Amino acid sequence: MKQKDYTEMWKTIGLNLEAHSGLLSVLTDAYKNIYLSQKARPMGMEYFDFVISEVHGLRIEEIFDAKKEKRKVVGTFCVYVPEEIILSVNGVCIGLCAGAEVGTPEAERFIPRNTCALIKAFMGFKLAGLCPYVELTDLLVGETTCDGKKKAYEIFNDITKKVYVMEVPNMKSEESRRLWFSEVRRFKDKMEELSSRKITLENLKKASSIVNERRKALQRLSRLRAADPPPISGLDALLINQVSFYDDPVRFTEMTNKLNDELQERVKQGLGVTQKGSPRILISGSPMAIPNWKLHTIIEGGGGVVIGEESCVGERNHRELLDENFSSVEEALEKLASRYISIDCACFTPNNERIENIRSLVASLRADGVIHYSLQFCTPYMIEAHKIEKSMKDIPFMRMETDYSMEDMGQLNSRIEAFIEMIKSKV
Amino acid sequence: MRSVGIDLGSRFIKVALIEEGRLIFFKTTETSFNPVDRCNELLRDIKADRIIATGYGRHLFEVYTEASTITEIKAFAKGSRALFPECRTIIDIGGQDTKVISLDVRGNVRKFEMNDRCAAGTGKFIEIMAKTLNYSIEDFGNMTPKRNKGIRINSMCTVFAESEVVSLIAKGESREDIAVALHRLVANRVLSMLNRIPLEEDIVFAGGCAKNQCLKGLIEHALGRTICVADTPEITGALGAALYAMEN
Repeated sequence: MKQKDYTEMWKTIGLNLEAHSGLLSVLTDAYKNIYLSQKARPMGMEYFDFVISEVHGLRIEEIFDAKKEKRKVVGTFCVYVPEEIILSVNGVCIGLCAGAEVGTPEAERFIPRNTCALIKAFMGFKLAGLCPYVELTDLLVGETTCDGKKKAYEIFNDITKKVYVMEVPNMKSEESRRLWFSEVRRFKDKMEELSSRKITLENLKKASSIVNERRKALQRLSRLRAADPPPISGLDALLINQVSFYDDPVRFTEMTNKLNDELQERVKQGLGVTQKGSPRILISGSPMAIPNWKLHTIIEGGGGVVIGEESCVGERNHRELLDENFSSVEEALEKLASRYISIDCACFTPNNERIENIRSLVASLRADGVIHYSLQFCTPYMIEAHKIEKSMKDIPFMRMETDYSMEDMGQLNSRIEAFIEMIKSKV
Repeated sequence: MRSVGIDLGSRFIKVALIEEGRLIFFKTTETSFNPVDRCNELLRDIKADRIIATGYGRHLFEVYTEASTITEIKAFAKGSRALFPECRTIIDIGGQDTKVISLDVRGNVRKFEMNDRCAAGTGKFIEIMAKTLNYSIEDFGNMTPKRNKGIRINSMCTVFAESEVVSLIAKGESREDIAVALHRLVANRVLSMLNRIPLEEDIVFAGGCAKNQCLKGLIEHALGRTICVADTPEITGALGAALYAMEN
C-alpha cells in the first residue's frame, strides 16, 4: 500500500524534514529486518505493523484533528502519571519516552555524556526536530522518579516552556501517600485549568473504564504468553506494549483483544512461534521505549523466547487495575492515587514488592531464566539488580547493562547465547 | 571419527582436530582483517567428519560454511574439563573480553561473568601495554610478580592507562615496576569478576593469556590457591568445540 505524503504536515509542525526522512527510512529498514522477517506471526499483528508504519503519519494526523476540536494533548514520560485524569477532560495522552539513539550531540549540549539513554533520547528527539508528538503537546508531564529525569526536566522546561512536574515520593509511608494524593489532586486542577473543563464523576467513570479495559487486554496478552510454545514472540508482545503508550486507547483495546482471541485459539491448538521447550526468558528492569528492540532481537535470534517484561513497558504499566467502585470525584482521586503508588519502580525504597512480583511472574509465566536489564546510568535498577539476583536462588539469572547503541552487540550476543546454552543444559 | 573445533577469536584463530576423543593436531594463526580466508587456509588440509565453530567470529564462519556453533563459554567449559577433569572454575582472558565461568560437578556451566562493553583489562590491553613499554609479549609476561614498589595504575581504560604509563616513565620509575603494576590491574579485574561467581577448585586458567606467568602468579597469590594451566592453554576453546562436535 502506498503511503500518504505527510510532508506538508511535518513542515507545519516544524520538524527537520531532511533528518526526519532519514530517521523514518532507518526505522522502516530496522522494522523490516527485525519484525517482518519473523516466522509464524499471528495475523492480528497486521494492525500493529500498520500503526508502526504510520507512527509519524496517520496518528499525528489524528492528533492534529483532535487539537482542532480543542482537545488538549498531554505528553508523559512515566507510568506514574494518572492517564484517567487526562482522558476525563477529553485530552489525548501520549507516552513520549524514546528508545533510539537520536539527537545525542544536541542533547549533550545540555546534559552530561553519562546520562541514561532514555533521557538523552527524549531531549535529543526534541532538539533535533524529530518528534512530531512533542511538538503537538500542550503540556509535558514530568515526575520525580530519578535524579536524571528530574534535573533534565528543568532544562527541558527552559527549552519547551510546557513542563509540569509531579512529585513522586521515594517511600510508601502514610506521609508519602498523603503527599502523592495531593499531587494527584493538584494534577486534576492543572488539567481542569488547561482544558477549561470540569472533572466530573461521570467523565472520570468513563475515562477509568477506557484505561482499565486497555489494562485488561494487556493482562490477557501477558497471560497468554504463559503457554509453551508461546503463541506470540516476545518482540511482537513488546511492540504491542510500546504501541499502547501512544495509540488511541479504545481502538488499541479492541485490536489487542482481537489478537488475543487469535492467540487463545493458537494456544488451544498448541501452535506457537517457537518449538515447545525453547528456553523461556523473563526480562526485568528498565523500560524499553519504542523502538528499542535490542535485547529481544538478540534473545530470540539466539534460540530463546521472551515470555514477559517486568518493566514499565510491560507489567508495571498494566498489572494493577483501578478500583472503579467510587461514587464521588474525591473518592476517585483517592483510588487513583493508591492505584498509581502501588507501582513497584526501583525509585522507591524499600521496594520488596518488586521481588515478590518477579518471583510470581517467573512462576506464572514458567520462565526458565531471568535477564535483568538496566539502562546504563539507570542507577536505581542497576543497584536493585543485586537484591533481585539474591532472591532468584536457583533460577538462572544474568544482569545486563546496556544502552541504545550497537557497539556492545558482539559481547551481548555471546553472553545471551551462553545464557541460553546454560538453560538448555539444565533441562 | 574425526572432528574439528575452530575458535575464531578477535586476535587469533585456533583449530583443533581430534580423532576418537584424542587431540591429534592443532594450529593457531592471527585473525587478521580477513578471518574467513584464514580459516580456509587453516582447514585446507584437514579432513574431518564434523566441525563446530566458536569464539567471537563463529557466526561469520557459520554463514560461509554452515557449520554449527557454540559460544566460547560452553567451548571453554568442555575444553577445560577435558584437560582438567576436576575443573569447576575457569578464567579466560581473551583478546577483547574477559570471562570467568563456574561449572557444576558434572561440568555444566552454572554461572558466568563477562565484561560487557569495552576491551578494558583484556588481552588486547596487555598487548598494547607491552608495546608501550617496548617488551615482547613473552618477556612482558615473565615479570616477577613479587616486584612491587607500590606503584599503582588506576585506569583500566587502555587510552588512559597508557598516559599513566607515560607519566610514570617520566617520573623515572623502572619499566619492570610499571609492567608489574599493569599486570596487577588486569589481575584485579579478574579477581573482581571471580567475586561474583562461586569459586571452587580446580581453578583453570585457559586461553592464550594463561601463558603469562606474572598474571598467573598474581591471581594465585590473591586467591591463596593454585591455578591449573595446560601446556597449550590457547587451544582450550577449539578443543572444547571439537569435543562437542564429536559428542553431538
